[in-house]
Amino acid sequence: MRPFTYERARSPAEAATAVARQPDSKFIAGGTNLLDLMKLQIETPAHLIDVNGLGLDRIEATPEGGLRIGALVRNTSLAADERVRRDYGVLARALLAGASGQLRNKATTAGNLLQRTRCPYFYGTAQPCNKRQPGSGCAAIGGVTRQLGVIGTSEACIATHPSDMAVAMRALDAVVETIRADGTARRIPIAEFHRLPGETPHIETAMARDEFITAVTLPPPIGGRHVYRKVRDRASYAFALVSVAAVVQRDGTGRVALGGVAHKPWRVEAAEAELPRGAKQAMAAILDGAQPTHDNAFKVTLAERTLASVLAEARG
Amino acid sequence: MKFDTPATSNPIDQLKVVGHPVDRIDGPRKTTGTAPYAYERHDVARNQAYGHVLGAGIGKGRVTAMDTAAARAAPGVVAIVTTLDMPRLEKGPRNTASLFGGPDVQHYHQAIAVVVAETFEQARDAAAMIRVEYARQPGRFDLAAEGPKAQLASAESGEGGAAPQEDRTGDFEGAFARAPVKLDETYTTPDESHAMMEPHATIAAWDGETLTLWTSNQMIAWGRTDVAKTLGIPEENVRLDSPFIGGGFGGKLFLRADAVLAALGAKAARRPVKLALARPLMANNTTHRPATIQRIRIGAQPDGRITAIAHESLSGDLEGGGPETAVAQTKLLYAGANRLTAMRLAVLDLPEGNAMRAPGEAPGLMALEVAMDEMAERLGIDPIAFRVVNDTQVDPEAPDRPFSQRQLIECLRTGAERFGWSRRSATPGQRREGRWLVGMGVAAGFRNNLVMASGARVRLDGSGGVTVETDMTDIGTGSYTIIAQTAAEMMGVPLDRVTVRLGDSSFPVSAGSGGQWGGNSSTAGVYAACVKLREAVAQRLGFNSAEAVFADGEVRAGNHSAPLGQAAGADGMVAEDTIEYGDLAKRYQQSTFAGHFVEVGVDAATGETRVRRMLAVCAAGRILNPKSARSQVIGAMTMGVGAALMEELAVDKRHGFFVNHDLAGYEVPVHADIPHQEVIFLDEVDPISSPMKAKGVGELGICGVGAAVANAMYNATGVRLRDYPMTLDKMIDRLPQVV
Repeated sequence: MRPFTYERARSPAEAATAVARQPDSKFIAGGTNLLDLMKLQIETPAHLIDVNGLGLDRIEATPEGGLRIGALVRNTSLAADERVRRDYGVLARALLAGASGQLRNKATTAGNLLQRTRCPYFYGTAQPCNKRQPGSGCAAIGGVTRQLGVIGTSEACIATHPSDMAVAMRALDAVVETIRADGTARRIPIAEFHRLPGETPHIETAMARDEFITAVTLPPPIGGRHVYRKVRDRASYAFALVSVAAVVQRDGTGRVALGGVAHKPWRVEAAEAELPRGAKQAMAAILDGAQPTHDNAFKVTLAERTLASVLAEARG
Repeated sequence: MKFDTPATSNPIDQLKVVGHPVDRIDGPRKTTGTAPYAYERHDVARNQAYGHVLGAGIGKGRVTAMDTAAARAAPGVVAIVTTLDMPRLEKGPRNTASLFGGPDVQHYHQAIAVVVAETFEQARDAAAMIRVEYARQPGRFDLAAEGPKAQLASAESGEGGAAPQEDRTGDFEGAFARAPVKLDETYTTPDESHAMMEPHATIAAWDGETLTLWTSNQMIAWGRTDVAKTLGIPEENVRLDSPFIGGGFGGKLFLRADAVLAALGAKAARRPVKLALARPLMANNTTHRPATIQRIRIGAQPDGRITAIAHESLSGDLEGGGPETAVAQTKLLYAGANRLTAMRLAVLDLPEGNAMRAPGEAPGLMALEVAMDEMAERLGIDPIAFRVVNDTQVDPEAPDRPFSQRQLIECLRTGAERFGWSRRSATPGQRREGRWLVGMGVAAGFRNNLVMASGARVRLDGSGGVTVETDMTDIGTGSYTIIAQTAAEMMGVPLDRVTVRLGDSSFPVSAGSGGQWGGNSSTAGVYAACVKLREAVAQRLGFNSAEAVFADGEVRAGNHSAPLGQAAGADGMVAEDTIEYGDLAKRYQQSTFAGHFVEVGVDAATGETRVRRMLAVCAAGRILNPKSARSQVIGAMTMGVGAALMEELAVDKRHGFFVNHDLAGYEVPVHADIPHQEVIFLDEVDPISSPMKAKGVGELGICGVGAAVANAMYNATGVRLRDYPMTLDKMIDRLPQVV
């Protein structure tokens, strides 16, 4: 961990201004990912701006009938919220499938969206990694890739996004609200929030450097059966090999987003028309163009079989 | 005391204290955070500085240059020692890889520098500023690829499981060729990490030429000798102190870089240095259980009798290392006139392979006991019945050597009854509960019982209090407690009158903790010292020592009695002795046995396997403390589930390192993976093993578990897996279609 300076922001605008002022600065909220990365010097901020005291820890109804989740609402609180459990079950289930109780108590909504990949080569600091050191190369390609991405990958990076929460939010068409140092606010649909790696895998989101997440809003409830199925090598506290977030309506239509397969929560809206025809057709369309490695080709089969199981559960 | 004839009746047989499930006496200290672990011993030396170890970033090659200028100028830095500052250090006989010194890199994350600073954060930050240049060399990192070049190898693993390079009895090839029912399959087990909670950690302090190491080490006397050899100082100038150890599993049997670099750092800094290996270093800097590729051939008559059995294992290690003795149990577990076992060793440039909980038997049974399950199915015989048919009460390679005790059949039959084995369908894939395919599996558990010389010193004070001192260690196993129980039984005092002090090299040399020999051997050493003390007490009191009875804090003989403390007087009394073993281990085969039963559910869609319940029935001599023994066994069963389902150090075969070098990437079971475990100990006393009539149990608990899980998965799904860990990707293509 590099020595760093520290300040507490008093308002979202002040936080954004502070980060704009100092090029090597970062926000810190729960710190469940950032601090680990700092200890390994994968992240080396010279200045931390603590945003915990901004009062962004409320979940409020929106005039449209949805929910506005403050950026600093802890994962535990979000999963336990009565409205979330009732109307957005897929989100509550995804949250509870992630991390451990202790981590969920600290981790925040915005921090969860911004967590970084768990690719072992990203963590192996003696190895080249285009995320850690842009232009250094990707040691994962050709290496141990069982956990890594199968679709939307690039020659520069095959990492996956590790979040469960974000996968459910993608299925729910959540919107990320931000503010910049100059006071301009914007609303970024979650589909556009995370990026594919392309040639710049170190740029992971659509956010500008001085942009600060204030909230995530959920549109009004869409009904249907909500299922989140996370497939992993042990029963708890493990990252997904594949996860499926699904909201399925009585007529068989629905929405599906996948975790564990790509650099972002993976959803192909056009493929959802295939859902009433079954998992095989739907997944073929969702993962059309997948380029798995030898080690992770099983994820394609696994995703299809998991979706079949999820659809059966939703129907049952 | 020489133990060279079977034990007869002795005071331990009273079982007033020994054999009872008493709480561990160090429990309150552990649960209140007052048990001092190596890194927390802030009070033992003043002015401690912090060390941080830098590991090499290549798998094989040379360090050509190290630029430490920025690190030396960093805030708080007191000293830096790099591997280029000195020639390669000598190494102790138990180390394969060099621990430090010289430019050569033998394996990834080999220590190449230690930075000493005023704070931990300063040391870690400065270590990252060291710029290292390497000349890489191609390495051998792929066991299967190196297999054809592997040589036959014998083994003395340092933790038992010895086997000559090739053993033949009868005519295996001929008998196998003639056998009407046969199996020829290959099984693989991966490299595994001990992954204990407490990392290797040491505080080092020099006083002139004398070095004290407060450390975390299972084998104090080995560590002391190897420190002296490595640093080139006399053994008498080295003291190790290791009273509490946060898990070892064999990872702390040997001297490691933490102790060496704390000592070198302290020398350079001219003040005490404390350091711990950071978690990312543990997979590649320290030792691991080596991967194996095992071929098993079994031939049998239609009635199930084995006529031919062969087990050949390939493993790899650095030049000068040894094989994983995965064939060890196959020499002894089942009858059969024609036998072949062999081990081959490939030279690999991966980190050093060495002992991990039940070296040899743990991975060996993961292969053999699946082969037995497969063979039972081919024969159309129940897997338990097949094992019973092939039971042997003598060493199959040397029939004049009986087992001292062998209750394998009883373990299996008791387990079958308790587990509800009769409800298992012999045809796989028959039981479905919702999403889950459910199956049961069984495996025999086997681990040899090793005995080691072990010494202890026992003091009696004027109030009748007893203090035991031995360099025995407690790695979470319960040594403190069973040693206290032994002394209390022998001296006739309540448990709370016994104080136990462990892990200090100034105490008599003990068996240490390894190879499941520690519990039996170390208590036998305490027994020997207590016998001596009893004689001295009786003599001082003028009692006939043969008649003297020690009970209730008194000594009685005939009509006389005296308080125990009276003999000690104001100055106290001390006795010291070492239990030494004769040739009983040669005349008798001493082993421990278990029946492991597992029920799993396999998600019919995803192939996720979750253990539903487990049972181990163990026959392992006298159980000195059923509570701590049970803890040992359930911990080992949990580790066996890890080996079966998830644990694997993933090798990057291009760059030569274990990629998943933290506890997020190297998964071990969590609570949710282990729903229900039961342990049954069969009544057994083994007078051949020691005066305690006990044997080891801490490793028996893992031996066979992996195979029982594999067999249960097969029973659930009809999919036979032969490559561990048995993750879902290995069977997803073979599961039935999802409806």
